[in-house]
Amino acid sequence: MPAKRYQQVQLSHGGGGKEMNSLITDMFFKAFSNPILESQEDAAQLNLYGQTAFTTDSFTVEPLFFAGGDIGKLAIAGTVNDLAMMAAQPEYLSCSFIIEEGFAIKDLNTIVQSMATELHQSGARIVCGDTKVVPKGCADGIFINTSGVGRILKPGISVKNLQVGDAIIVSRDIGRHGAAILMARDSLSLESELTSDCATLWPIVEQLIAANIDIHAMRDATRGGLSAVLNEWATASNVGIQVDEKHIPISQEVQGLCELYGFEAFDLANEGTFIIALPQDVAEQALAIMKQYCHCDSASIIGHVIKDNKGKVILNTPWGSSRYLDVPQGELLPRIC
Amino acid sequence: MKLTDLYQQFRNPDIIKALAAQINQYSSQITSNINIMEVCGGHTHTIMKYGLKQLLPANINFIHGPGCPVCIMPKERIDHAAALAQLPDVILLTLGDMIRVPGSNGNLAQYRAKGCDIRPLYDPMDALSIAKDNPNKTIIFFAIGFETSTPMTAVLIDQAEKQQINNLLFHINHVLVPPAIDAVMADPQARVNAFIGPAHVSVISGAKIYQAAVDQYQTPVVVSGFEPVDVMESILRIVKQKYNDTAQLDIQYSRAVNYDGNQAAQALINQYLTLRDSFRWRGLGPIPDSALTLKPEFAHRDAEIIFKQHLPTVEIDDHKACQCGDILRGIANPQDCKVFGKGCSPESPLGSCMVSSEGACNAYYRYTGVTNAG
Ligand code: SF4
Ligand code: SF4
Repeated sequence: MPAKRYQQVQLSHGGGGKEMNSLITDMFFKAFSNPILESQEDAAQLNLYGQTAFTTDSFTVEPLFFAGGDIGKLAIAGTVNDLAMMAAQPEYLSCSFIIEEGFAIKDLNTIVQSMATELHQSGARIVCGDTKVVPKGCADGIFINTSGVGRILKPGISVKNLQVGDAIIVSRDIGRHGAAILMARDSLSLESELTSDCATLWPIVEQLIAANIDIHAMRDATRGGLSAVLNEWATASNVGIQVDEKHIPISQEVQGLCELYGFEAFDLANEGTFIIALPQDVAEQALAIMKQYCHCDSASIIGHVIKDNKGKVILNTPWGSSRYLDVPQGELLPRIC
Repeated sequence: MKLTDLYQQFRNPDIIKALAAQINQYSSQITSNINIMEVCGGHTHTIMKYGLKQLLPANINFIHGPGCPVCIMPKERIDHAAALAQLPDVILLTLGDMIRVPGSNGNLAQYRAKGCDIRPLYDPMDALSIAKDNPNKTIIFFAIGFETSTPMTAVLIDQAEKQQINNLLFHINHVLVPPAIDAVMADPQARVNAFIGPAHVSVISGAKIYQAAVDQYQTPVVVSGFEPVDVMESILRIVKQKYNDTAQLDIQYSRAVNYDGNQAAQALINQYLTLRDSFRWRGLGPIPDSALTLKPEFAHRDAEIIFKQHLPTVEIDDHKACQCGDILRGIANPQDCKVFGKGCSPESPLGSCMVSSEGACNAYYRYTGVTNAG
């Protein structure tokens, strides 16, 4: 088996010949095995019916491995979550790797295995893919692109759909992914058990749909964090959103890290945390369902939609003052001192 | 270090409300205005971000001082950084927001996008490993900041010397707080009659550096931490001094600051750095003895000397409309600026006060306009 002969990805692994074949069959097909993929046609043949959601995302993360996940887990959870947030059951995924020459086969295998494990969470399948190997220096280790399609089980969920009086729920404590990446990136010698929230959200969304909860808007708070989602909603639906700081769950580790660097947990990325807007009278019921599921036991109603302050998000502090919660700008950089 | 102990008690709503009540009580018995300058942008942000102003009486005003290294960096120094970054085989290192500050021809982030190797550091000590990992390149640390960040630079120089890391050079832009206070007070229009002293700065230098200001201008100086409880308590201490008609140096942030500061750090700084004759502050103009530079015996690490012929010498003033200078001096508020929020916003800043996340205009832009109604 030629792939096993090598410890590092060679340019020949992308060359279309023997090496590439063995990488694909021995590693990718094994991990992602399913009949559509293995049929090896030029394109996957799918059976789609009803309203379908389609999404794509490219994953470039530094470092590739972090507490609570790796780029592979992220590449599956990220795309599956984009579908889930439209109440679409994730079905078929594509997956492209761009790998830098010299990348360790062992690491690639770890990434691929974690993709396979994450796929089980939603039952989605990788049905087509592509592999490119680029000369050393032309990429940073590995880039992964995944696209996905899924059947929409509950139409009408939209950023434009927030109604005055809606409750806003956040599914768990915020900012963990951004904080975990930061911890892994820096040679920080901090004691911490902080892990990324990286996770597939479909199982919990499926429960909410099954309970027929009337969801107006739903979004995973990825880059830009909670602030970005709420601001997007306020603008798209032309409403105001008011949230109470004391109800927003934030872990002590994340808060501590924010203190150190001058960040705000509201701005930090999440990879397994979502926000829902829904009628106030079903909020408690939704919360009860969410709390039964792993990761969501700190789910909380953090605020509601108001008719004033259109397009703005207002954060009430625990001591009775308030301010705008703005979107984060540019790169997140630590304060200078 | 335990991350969890860093902040807890300092945001306790009951304590904050109780402090607000006391401040209101004292200040209701004071007829004049209390114009407090937060020298440091960190405090400006605490006040704005936590909405503290909303809890305070009308006769307490805040004036946002020159205490942010990003705000006070004149354009020509950014142009120096850009010129250095464009030299072949150079890696330019700097801290945080500095890469967003506009020079006369764009900011460092834009130069980075054009292909210059410019890296914002999270930890200045990373400069050592970057220098070791790139033996064929010249690594230039664009060092910025007040007394707070100076020791880090001194440690870096010290390590570079001891470990003979010869490809690590420095472009020093460290500035000092007391001369800036003097520059503010020297203005005949100065309205400031109390100071909140920077916390981080004082950890290193000690509170003693403000004694002269207290004596000379008869203004209270309270060295304060950055948490809402810290700032509220410091304001209360200022108000009490005003009520008693005294002017003293006081350390609220006593969990980290003492009168003398960190003497080991001061010694290390003195070993490598010395006063610069004059430094041109953005908005305040040239102030003598207000900044540091490498001592002559370390000229072999001084990028300003080694690359002298590549560095522009023109002094560049701000956009004509920009009132950063008056804002840094406490004569104007961000909203007084005609282009505030219109021609100038965090996405396309005209002046540094809008760039830095610690700048006054940025803080006003992000956080003002909210009332308690709603
Ligand atoms: S902490 Fe330092 S950098 Fe930050 S605003 Fe204060 S003096 Fe400036
Ligand atoms: S609003 Fe912009 S232009 Fe006006 S003073 Fe502030 S930074 Fe300068």
